[in-house]
Amino acid sequence: MSEQPILELRGVTQEYPLPRRGLLGARPMLKAVDDVDFAVAAGQAVGLVGESGAGKTTLTRMLTGVEQPTSGDVLFEGRNIWTSGQDHWLNFRRSVQVVLQNPRSSLDPRMRVGHSLLEPLRSLGIEGDHRARVAEVLGQVGLDAAALDKFPHQFSGGQLQRIAIARGLMPRPRVLIADEPVSALDVSIQAQVLNLLKSLVTDLGLGLILIAHDLSVVAYTTSAAAVMSGGRVVERGPPLELFRAPQAPETRALVDAVLTVERGLAGKALE
Amino acid sequence: MSEQAIDVRDLVVRAGGLRAVRGVSFAIPPGGRMGLVGESGSGKTLTALSLMGLLPAGLGATGRILHDGADLLTLSDRRFSNRRGRTLSMIFQDPLSALNPVQRVGEQIASVIRRHTGAGRQAAMAQVVDLAAQMKLPRPEEIVRAYPHQLSGGQQQRLMIAMALSCYPQLIIADEPTTALDVTVQREVLRLLSAAVDERGSALLMITHDLPVVAAMCETVAVMYGGTIVEIGPVAEVFRDPRHPYTRGLLDSQPDIDRIAPDGSSRLESIPGMVPPLHALPKGCAFRPRCAFATELCERMPPLEGGARKAACWHPVSGPRGAAP
Ligand SMILES: Nc1ncnc2c1ncn2[C@@H]1O[C@H](COP(=O)(O)OP(=O)(O)OP(=O)(O)O)[C@@H](O)[C@H]1O
Ligand SMILES: Nc1ncnc2c1ncn2[C@@H]1O[C@H](COP(=O)(O)OP(=O)(O)O)[C@@H](O)[C@H]1O
Ligand code: SF4
Ligand SMILES: [Mg+2]
Ligand SMILES: [Mg+2]
Repeated sequence: MSEQPILELRGVTQEYPLPRRGLLGARPMLKAVDDVDFAVAAGQAVGLVGESGAGKTTLTRMLTGVEQPTSGDVLFEGRNIWTSGQDHWLNFRRSVQVVLQNPRSSLDPRMRVGHSLLEPLRSLGIEGDHRARVAEVLGQVGLDAAALDKFPHQFSGGQLQRIAIARGLMPRPRVLIADEPVSALDVSIQAQVLNLLKSLVTDLGLGLILIAHDLSVVAYTTSAAAVMSGGRVVERGPPLELFRAPQAPETRALVDAVLTVERGLAGKALE
Repeated sequence: MSEQAIDVRDLVVRAGGLRAVRGVSFAIPPGGRMGLVGESGSGKTLTALSLMGLLPAGLGATGRILHDGADLLTLSDRRFSNRRGRTLSMIFQDPLSALNPVQRVGEQIASVIRRHTGAGRQAAMAQVVDLAAQMKLPRPEEIVRAYPHQLSGGQQQRLMIAMALSCYPQLIIADEPTTALDVTVQREVLRLLSAAVDERGSALLMITHDLPVVAAMCETVAVMYGGTIVEIGPVAEVFRDPRHPYTRGLLDSQPDIDRIAPDGSSRLESIPGMVPPLHALPKGCAFRPRCAFATELCERMPPLEGGARKAACWHPVSGPRGAAP
């Protein structure tokens, strides 16, 4: 995987102001992301794991250009998104899409699915007749055209997450960022969604960034992972190696927290 | 009546003209631990709420729920509320919704203790601080003076456990107690719950869709689908050698890190389709539209049959996971 990355962070730091302690003195700052390098290439699935508050979601705000980092560079196709002009910015915006944890809150309940799917194109100002694209994308996520006229409440969680993924695919992104995409779903449905994400990487050559608390979810879906803690990347490697031989104490804590049926039955899970 | 901590017989919960829970029976002995698993919408929460006498308005339960020498379904509201929190208590998925946002958490727990034991204000508060310390909360004297929103999800849930355990109930029902928590916090909360239940000799009904949690916490497991129990028995037998195709499907869809191929080729098994809504449940076995083994026979409801371990399936699977029936 020596390919040139599509999307890359170099030495990125993001600070947020904390409430002032006294009347005088400098305002204390929280480094939510602290000097992080991170990259994804076409056809590559990268995992990002870490405990709650580690800085994972903050990192995605840098990767999607929602916030500008305090320092460091965000590169899309090798060029800084904040300094390379309007055309590059627009190309970046359509090429990096996000899927969130809870599809019920990320899809507008009053909007028919067909309408929701067009939403990213409208907000990116992409004109034209998109019927063929909608049909193509529905096929990619394994839903049929009957879905288009329905409202979100008419779907199960797993189907809704497919719809949210379809919506993200509409503008033909090169990178999809999925922030805890299965933790709100039933187990049997989680498998459907993870398999779908995995096949999008191999079939469409998408770059996938998968964020999760659960190392086994990441190990199934990605070939490389970074462990975050306290805003920093504390360890990197193939997820199975991280799992078998964790080096950083934070990685070890995540590994110890993984529950499996066999460990549970062996009575070792809660030791 | 019944020697069990809880003995549920043919429980039916009606919602409108539909049966959301369709004849559920199980028993948990004193100090026993049972897991209740299944997809969302399968009827787990309504079963739990029936046991607590907390069904939402408009829903009605029939059958028998034997507990502490009474049939709970025949109790008056007043007599039921006298038991709630005392002989049986419940821990909810979302601790914030179960706590009063404008009252300090310690006072809320103290008022449960005072109502059921008649302890004085100060004695009750001292017990609360003790409980908070047992739950490994840092600086317990301070934490009990916090309002719910000032605490993390893990801290809130530890206090909910403390509240549920405060009166040494015979039965504790925990409905998805760790689903909203981070995995590292989840493990700590499960450990504390486990130790606290043991110490009090309480029975536990653990509701979750997380099979590893059940494997770690419970002795027996009941698997629900479409409002009925489709498989029940000792947890090691059911999980190592499932008989019902749905149970096997659930186990196969677990992302189990010990079974992943290093070359990235592993695919998770998944159960096709989704749980049908109540009004569209098929005739006969509710799992039929998603089941690879379904035959015409399955248009009749399969009975829940067997010895210590029972399954409701006309064509039960067996042998190592992944094999045909
Ligand atoms: N807009 C903000 N202002 C101030 N602090 C923030 C802001 N956004 C995030 N933080 C803080 O930055 C840290 C990292 O938060 P972030 O949301 O990135 O964590 P996370 O790893 O995504 O956690 P989770 O797994 O719970 O989603 C936390 O301490 C959080 O409280
Ligand atoms: N208040 C209610 N009114 C009507 N139907 C309900 C109500 N609560 C739950 N149901 C229905 O009953 C079934 C079982 O729900 P529930 O017990 O909450 O499932 P679980 O806890 O297993 O996810 C579902 O089909 C659900 O839609
Ligand atoms: S009874 Fe038939 S449809 Fe139901 S689980 Fe068994 S084989 Fe499948
Ligand atoms: Mg986050
Ligand atoms: Mg429920």
